[in-house]
Amino acid sequence: MQYFPFVVVAWILAVGLYGIVTSRHLVHLIMCLIVVQSSTYVLLLGVGYVTGAVAPYYFDITVHTPAVDPVVQALALTDVVVEAAVTSLLLAFAIQAHKRFGTLDPQELASLKG
Amino acid sequence: MTSSQRRWVFLAGMIGLVAFLLWGLLGLPGFGHYPGPYGSIINRIALRQTNATGTVSAINFDYRGFDTVGEEFILFVAAAGVSIVLRRLRGEREKSAIDEAADRNAPPTSDAVRMAALVFTGPLVVMGWWLTSHAQTNPSGGFQGGVILATAFILVYLAGEFLVFKRFSPVALTDAVEAIGAGGFVAIGLAAVGIGLAYLTNYLPKGEVAGAVSSGGTIPLISFFVGLEVAAAFILIVAELLEQTLLIRQGSA
Amino acid sequence: MDHLLALVVAVPLIAAAAITAAGPLLGDRRRILDALAIAVAASVAVMLAVIMVRTAGGDEVYWFAGFRPARGIAIGIDFDAGSLSTGLACLAAVLVTAAMTFSWRYFERVATYYHTLMLTFLAGMAGFCLTGDIFDMFVWFELMGVSAYALTAYRPEERGPIQGALNFAITNSVGAYLTVCGIGLIYGRTGALNMAQIGTYIGHHRPGGLVTVAFLLIISGFLIKSAIVPFHFWLADAHAVAPTPVCVLFSGVMVELGLYAIARVYWSMFGQALGHRAAISHVFLTLGVLTAVVGALFCFRERHIKRLLAFSTISHAGMFLAGIALFTPLGLAGAAVYVAGHGLVKAALFLCTGIVLHRLGSVNETWLHGRGRQLRATGIVFTLAAFGLADLPPFATFLGKGYIDESAWAHGLPWVMGVFIACSVLVGGAVFRVAGGVFYGLGDPPTEDARMAEMAAEETSETESDKGRTPLTMIIPPAVLVTCAAGIALIPQLGPVVQAAAIRFQDQAGYNATVLGGAHILHPVAIATAESAEVTLSDVLTGVGSVIGALVLAFLALYWRRLPLLRRGYEPGAGLTAPIQRFQSGVINDYVTWIVLGLAAIGGALALVIR
Repeated sequence: MQYFPFVVVAWILAVGLYGIVTSRHLVHLIMCLIVVQSSTYVLLLGVGYVTGAVAPYYFDITVHTPAVDPVVQALALTDVVVEAAVTSLLLAFAIQAHKRFGTLDPQELASLKG
Repeated sequence: MTSSQRRWVFLAGMIGLVAFLLWGLLGLPGFGHYPGPYGSIINRIALRQTNATGTVSAINFDYRGFDTVGEEFILFVAAAGVSIVLRRLRGEREKSAIDEAADRNAPPTSDAVRMAALVFTGPLVVMGWWLTSHAQTNPSGGFQGGVILATAFILVYLAGEFLVFKRFSPVALTDAVEAIGAGGFVAIGLAAVGIGLAYLTNYLPKGEVAGAVSSGGTIPLISFFVGLEVAAAFILIVAELLEQTLLIRQGSA
Repeated sequence: MDHLLALVVAVPLIAAAAITAAGPLLGDRRRILDALAIAVAASVAVMLAVIMVRTAGGDEVYWFAGFRPARGIAIGIDFDAGSLSTGLACLAAVLVTAAMTFSWRYFERVATYYHTLMLTFLAGMAGFCLTGDIFDMFVWFELMGVSAYALTAYRPEERGPIQGALNFAITNSVGAYLTVCGIGLIYGRTGALNMAQIGTYIGHHRPGGLVTVAFLLIISGFLIKSAIVPFHFWLADAHAVAPTPVCVLFSGVMVELGLYAIARVYWSMFGQALGHRAAISHVFLTLGVLTAVVGALFCFRERHIKRLLAFSTISHAGMFLAGIALFTPLGLAGAAVYVAGHGLVKAALFLCTGIVLHRLGSVNETWLHGRGRQLRATGIVFTLAAFGLADLPPFATFLGKGYIDESAWAHGLPWVMGVFIACSVLVGGAVFRVAGGVFYGLGDPPTEDARMAEMAAEETSETESDKGRTPLTMIIPPAVLVTCAAGIALIPQLGPVVQAAAIRFQDQAGYNATVLGGAHILHPVAIATAESAEVTLSDVLTGVGSVIGALVLAFLALYWRRLPLLRRGYEPGAGLTAPIQRFQSGVINDYVTWIVLGLAAIGGALALVIR
């Protein structure tokens, strides 16, 4: 069980990429991209966990209490904001694609070939 | 490639990639055995150095504050990008919009939803500000608080008052607030350079008591600006996205 | 302590915020904002040039927020500026300045956001080059990326932009997330995010699965960004639809930044751990050669000028990667000089294409045949830049390519030189064909594809058609860039200086000591010895020879219908059209499939050679 969270990381990545590759709808594709991103959260937070430790907030515990790694939590926070930003931009693109082409199917959207 | 060809090629590749990935992942120390040293050191020294009990915020706004500047600007750029892409569309609403679903008539908001939304707007604003100002004490900060503040505005829309929502967040003002939030963070860092310290050094007095609203030096100040920027960015983004649905409704009504 | 390094990133960011805040207030007087943005970009270029000269003797390290490392452990973020990294950032700033000067008249109505996005793009690029912390590198990579996605979609209503922007955004985002996976992996083992600290830690142990996998994952985002085959499909789509000043930045410096990052991650973090095996060098050399060939072939058959130039960028990216993959200081120095020369020349080519679009309203080579005769100044600059792209001495491109070829020859890989000459001839031939056909009306127009005509016709609404003269702000930037590309080669002792910088870049132990211990290394040591960087007569002859080859190829391409031998039913490139269309399909699902397949293949190769 020591490696189960990391196997989950690989699984989520695979599922997300499969969704992207077989997607027929742009919004679905963007959601699958979010799923791929979620695998990185699991990885980051998973490597920082310490068994039996508490959250690193010291208003009522001493500094020497074993606490989990705060750095990965900060990294995950940054990651979430980045993902929110990219997703909102992609959704705006999807809306404009729908306006222009009348379709959200990536395979029909391919107006550029070769 | 056809769909099924693509599926097979992908599966072949993915099996290889997953195997490769697992080879690497199994080299990690097991779950729960974080080796350190970065996190352990920060856990020990953050309280002493910054008087902030919220270690994660101390990392976000002090130790790795430079990362947060970049991240904040990513959100800033995304809001700008959404505006670029969607604002232009409004001009040609008069020409044939392909998405002219005649049956897109959202039902009028029920009184219960309207009541609940309006009741919660005020407390959400308060909560947003509380979160923004307590970055150094508990798991909150500018990002979390900013999103909640934006939600308060969005609730106004949900209550069916889109025009009121627009009046409370005119685009130019929201743009300006967002820019002030983003620029303010960079300026705080430049002020450190101005007094001869490294960029983004925490130069304000850290306060007497750990974990108070006034402790943490520049952390609550940065958190305030970040809160402004995040709130404004999300209001802008959501407003642009909402306009797409609403203007159509008004057009076909 | 001098804070120039922090200002390089802080100034464009705060300028971007200020411009957004002040935009609505200034209303019609947008020229003030244009001038301000250009001034900020130029000042960043100057600051970076100063730092580049200063760091010739040793890296400069700047710790943010005052957190210096103690006992070899870093708790803050640092900027580590060496000549190579600062030089690349300086190139980025110069190109941004040129592009924004060009845009002064190019866009009739520029919303404020254009300047904001260009400045954040610049800040992202500068931060990306200078940083010494792997997660910080990811943050600037994403800032660069999001600014680029938004700028690609910056166009009046056309079918093209959203397709290109979507493909660009999705493929590069997948790459960025894979990079974060790699960062998480290496952090899980070492508990550090500082590149020097990670390098020190993993350098002392045998590379296991984790180090190899982390290496490939971290560079996967950079491989996609640098358009290495098979991750290259997004580049042509994005170039076809992005506004021309933005294409300048994509081809001139953004792709090269991906390659820089691969070199940086390898030499600062993983080199010692992976043992500098020759097999790794061969894996990347193969990728580079493959990319160069594929890019050159696609380039020659294009009729859409911007896509043609995009494919030539892919070809050159392959050559740069090959130079880096040789693991020698001369190879790296050659890649650096080549990147500088190529960036300037490619930017000039794109800007001239922008002038053509502005004045004539098209970028379709077939339609434009002979119509560019009135654009005399543009024609001259374009032709000169084409000579630069074909590696004519004394352009910096010739020097850089010469160093790479010499290094490859000295390491028993003479065939690399042959392949690169062939690719240069193809690419140079394509650009000469455009120059000859469009600006001088030579030969017959190339036959075209109906779809390409339709696609190229959509370019027109990017800019208003003009009144009759090319504005000065549009012709001076490309002219200056071409002159710089030729002028770089005249810098005395360029070869030894750049090679010394490359040696310092490759000295991992020295880098670790400088960053973590504040040491000042006087004699950096790289894994391969420095080689002679002399330009010999045979180099010059080879360079001139390949230019002549390109000219001959262009001549054939323009006049083939009039030549009795070729006239009989043979259309160069016709046979390639259908299979190529199947690959460059424009369908995002295909692109991501290739990414997965490519990563699995490279991963398999690495797993076999590193055990």
